[in-house]
Amino acid sequence: MIRDITIGQYYPADSVIHRLDPRTKLVATLVFIISLFLFRSFAAYLVATAFLACVIRASKVPFRYMVRGLKAVLILLLITVLFNMFLTPGTPLVRIWKLTITREGLTTAVFMAIRLTYLIIGSSVMTLTTTPNQLTDGLEKGLRPLNKIHVPVHEVAMIMSIALRFIPILLEETDKIMKAQMARGADFESGGILRKAKSMVPLLVPLFISAFRRANDLAMAMEARGYHGGEGRTRMRPLQYHRRDGAAYLSLLVYLLAMYAAKRIAGF
Amino acid sequence: MSIKIEHLNYIYSQGTAYEKQALTDINLELPDGQFAGVIGHTGSGKSTLIQHLNGLIKATEGTVYYNGENIYAENYVMKDLRSRVGLVFQYPEYQLFEVDVFTDVCFGPKNLGLPKEEVEKRAYEALRQVGLKEKYFKKSPFELSGGQKRRAAIAGILAMQPEVLILDEPTAGLDPRGRDDILEQIARLHAERGITVVLVSHSMEDIAKYVERIIVMEKGRVRFDDTPKKVFEHDRELEQIGLAAPQVTYVMRELKNRGMDVDLCATTIDEAKQSILRCMAGRG
Repeated sequence: MIRDITIGQYYPADSVIHRLDPRTKLVATLVFIISLFLFRSFAAYLVATAFLACVIRASKVPFRYMVRGLKAVLILLLITVLFNMFLTPGTPLVRIWKLTITREGLTTAVFMAIRLTYLIIGSSVMTLTTTPNQLTDGLEKGLRPLNKIHVPVHEVAMIMSIALRFIPILLEETDKIMKAQMARGADFESGGILRKAKSMVPLLVPLFISAFRRANDLAMAMEARGYHGGEGRTRMRPLQYHRRDGAAYLSLLVYLLAMYAAKRIAGF
Repeated sequence: MSIKIEHLNYIYSQGTAYEKQALTDINLELPDGQFAGVIGHTGSGKSTLIQHLNGLIKATEGTVYYNGENIYAENYVMKDLRSRVGLVFQYPEYQLFEVDVFTDVCFGPKNLGLPKEEVEKRAYEALRQVGLKEKYFKKSPFELSGGQKRRAAIAGILAMQPEVLILDEPTAGLDPRGRDDILEQIARLHAERGITVVLVSHSMEDIAKYVERIIVMEKGRVRFDDTPKKVFEHDRELEQIGLAAPQVTYVMRELKNRGMDVDLCATTIDEAKQSILRCMAGRG
């Protein structure tokens, strides 16, 4: 049961996007984000909208999950839009008290809003359709060339995946210890800051002990199974590109060409 | 004076992709002073069920009454309920945190707002009840052995002097000797203080010897709820849901098949022994 609890926002579903190689998804997300900043034109953004819509459709993840990530950056989004709108010099459009909205300011603000929104949604598509473990696998394999310049890619990836794996475990442990202490009459909610901090002791002490115990157990289990770092290590399920990944890269190329064409031909 | 559960439903992570119905339409009544066992396979919902009994989990649907009062009523004092329904979690030794065993056992009664002398008196009593020797009282809980830690943790709940004591797999991870010791002590507590005890386990062997009622859980539902003898009559069905009747039941059945007129209802080794002896005497 614990296996299917993952952090982040992974949404389990059976779709083409879910099945894609994590490297494909990483590259595609990166390319998509770069394309948003490269092609500054409304026509190009129309293409981006269509592309994003198709991908979301194919991923079978409900749309409300996609926009959930936007909530976190809403304030940042508002500030960016407002600052760009009022503080860009150019031809004035409207004047409210001491503030002027310029034509240039308005366009920049709209562009910024679209970019940020799409950036968030685009990366949400990736995190929603890829488990954190797949993601680190993808990163490890994708960044392997860096090994040549003595970047410990495997170790970093291993640390990442262990850390990710421990988050749900420790969350569950916290919940368990909290309940156990509540059964002994502990109160984690009421009181001032000092009392609250003090009431955390019965939670934090067992939690730290448990974290160390688990880390110890894991280290021992890894050694017992002959783990000695990344060198010469093979995988049970090596990442492999399939035909669908080729198709995905091809669509990405088509998307880029469409973006370029849209900007050149439409010109707005 | 009892615990009563009516049409209880519980759904985990409702409204997310991981939504899961953990309990379905549970109806139970636990009268005062009963020694009941809850048994079920991993994931059958037994731990979830008992956490409802002291309000640590709020039911998605349905009601829990303690002594006739609805515990989900707005002005119900949860803290009061938790001191009266003591819940010992699985591996309770992992929640020890104080500098020494005695102070840790004091944590519960201290939270009840009792005066210092009363707190210490209760802690002392509780530690005696679980059979922990005085020389361990001032030791760090982390220096004790597994079984001793378990006792200290159980004492932590006993010190609150609950009217109902619920234990979730109190023998998990203990050796046979430690297991028997703990179960004996729980049985003695029940006999001496007359409190209601609910023992959760996945092993029939553990439960059969002590309890007067067995509640069998399967996939979040109550499958059987009866006296041990009646429940063990369904040994085929029990096997289907990954449980088994105690081994004695099988021995007795085999003896009967081979023509010995033994009592099939024997659930403990003692009863079986008596029954077999009677048969042998009859033959001789």
